[in-house]
Amino acid sequence: MGMYLLKTTAFAAGLALVAGSAAVAGEDSTLTINGDLTISTAAAAPSHLENIDEVVSGWLFRTDETQSLQMDDFDNPSFVFVDIGIDLWEAVDGTEGKSCSSCHTDGPEEFAGLTATMPRVDADGNLETLTEIINRERVEKMGAEPWKYSKTKMASLTALIGLQSRGMPVNVAIDGAAAPYWERGKELYYTRVGQLDIACSGCHEDNYGVMIRADHLSQGQTNGFPTYRLKNAKMNTTHARFKGCMKNIRATPYAEGGDEFKALELYVASRGNGLTVETPSVRN
Amino acid sequence: MASGVKPRVKTPKKATAGEAFTIKTLISHKMESGQRKDKKTGELIPRSIINRFTCEFNGTSVIDISIEPAVSTNPYFQFDAVVQEAGDMVFTWYDDDGSVYDTTKSVAIG
Amino acid sequence: MEFSRRETIALGLGAAALTFMPFRVDAAAEEVIAAFTGGADIGEGGVTVTAPEIAENGNTVPIGVDAPGAAAIMVVATGNPTPNVATFNFGELAGAQSASTRIRLAGTQDVVAIARMADGSFIQASAAVKVTIGGCGG
Repeated sequence: MGMYLLKTTAFAAGLALVAGSAAVAGEDSTLTINGDLTISTAAAAPSHLENIDEVVSGWLFRTDETQSLQMDDFDNPSFVFVDIGIDLWEAVDGTEGKSCSSCHTDGPEEFAGLTATMPRVDADGNLETLTEIINRERVEKMGAEPWKYSKTKMASLTALIGLQSRGMPVNVAIDGAAAPYWERGKELYYTRVGQLDIACSGCHEDNYGVMIRADHLSQGQTNGFPTYRLKNAKMNTTHARFKGCMKNIRATPYAEGGDEFKALELYVASRGNGLTVETPSVRN
Repeated sequence: MASGVKPRVKTPKKATAGEAFTIKTLISHKMESGQRKDKKTGELIPRSIINRFTCEFNGTSVIDISIEPAVSTNPYFQFDAVVQEAGDMVFTWYDDDGSVYDTTKSVAIG
Repeated sequence: MEFSRRETIALGLGAAALTFMPFRVDAAAEEVIAAFTGGADIGEGGVTVTAPEIAENGNTVPIGVDAPGAAAIMVVATGNPTPNVATFNFGELAGAQSASTRIRLAGTQDVVAIARMADGSFIQASAAVKVTIGGCGG
């Protein structure tokens, strides 16, 4: 189990690449939450992926102890933030005297499936993230100040909304109006940057399952975001994570909420099409 | 009172008299160790932790834990209790700043 | 006093160890344990401490202690700058003299559990935890 399993899984995936056949994940790759929600942590790679046959969740790369934290919602510290999200959902803010629940009377459950399709292109042809939708609603409907992109309030509310999609397959649109954004994201994914001159693909496509110092590189999938990290004991958004990756390779990070990270969010999410939403996950 | 402190407790609603059952507790708290420095000013950030946690059932102790800064952020405790009759399980967390947070769960026998 | 070459080398190694090893921390752990036991002898057996062999992140390491018949169990992280972690005092209604929590470990070290039994005697056990210097966490 845990990272020991991964060595096998990733190694098997590597062999499968060599052999040109689809890698098969063992039964150990199944994540069961609260004893009743079964999540498949591996799937056949979406057809647009040229160099990988199987996509696997970051959960598989973690130790038994870290994995078990995600197997029970009480043990999962993310739920502290989901609780904060529930409070925020009900909290009146802004000049209109409204909360989320004033309009969305069916509760956050209304958004079941939303996170599985984010980010997406809006009616005006602009790529939008869940964070941007929340802030737009706050400003336009509530008359409230927008929240910072990756701080506790936003991360907690996106965790609550993401939870409504838990167990559903990731399915972001990459064609039509989304295509140019997706192409931009793909270009960023494969572009070497920073003093260490590494592209996203250098770690998360070419070397996943390999040790980086004492740690295993994952495929960098975003199906569990926002995610609680043991490292900083809080919810981490995709854009904050991208920023961290860029700092690690000594590049100057793009702005959270900026066009580059939005395009990258779309492309990286699309690399996980077929994986299952795990939000809110636990990582190290 | 530290901001955003939220206790969470998981107990069975029903217990069998004389049979041990597991309780899980978690409280959202930074557990500032007192050893970190403020990155901007270089000054030590003062310690601010939950220093004690107790669980009592109908006034009798189940567990009493003294806590040091080495306990992780959002302190989590799991332990077992055994009861002979129905009643209230009271959970109390003591903050360095003098705040006390508590929550109560009823346990039935059946 | 005259030193043979071998003794001199040994002394040098000892001095090097003093310089580089966390001797001060070990002494601090001993002090913490002595404060709990009052200097009494500590036996082995009858207490277990469960911890991962390798902790993915020292910030949140799950540990468990178990000592049937104990009145209290103290957990000490011998390699932390402040070795105290927590002391579990079991009440009349404890279903077992065991508990789990999540702790911070400053580096690779032994986590020690010392149980004070109902008769006032002490027993201890330890678990070695390797704390990895992480990669990127993803």
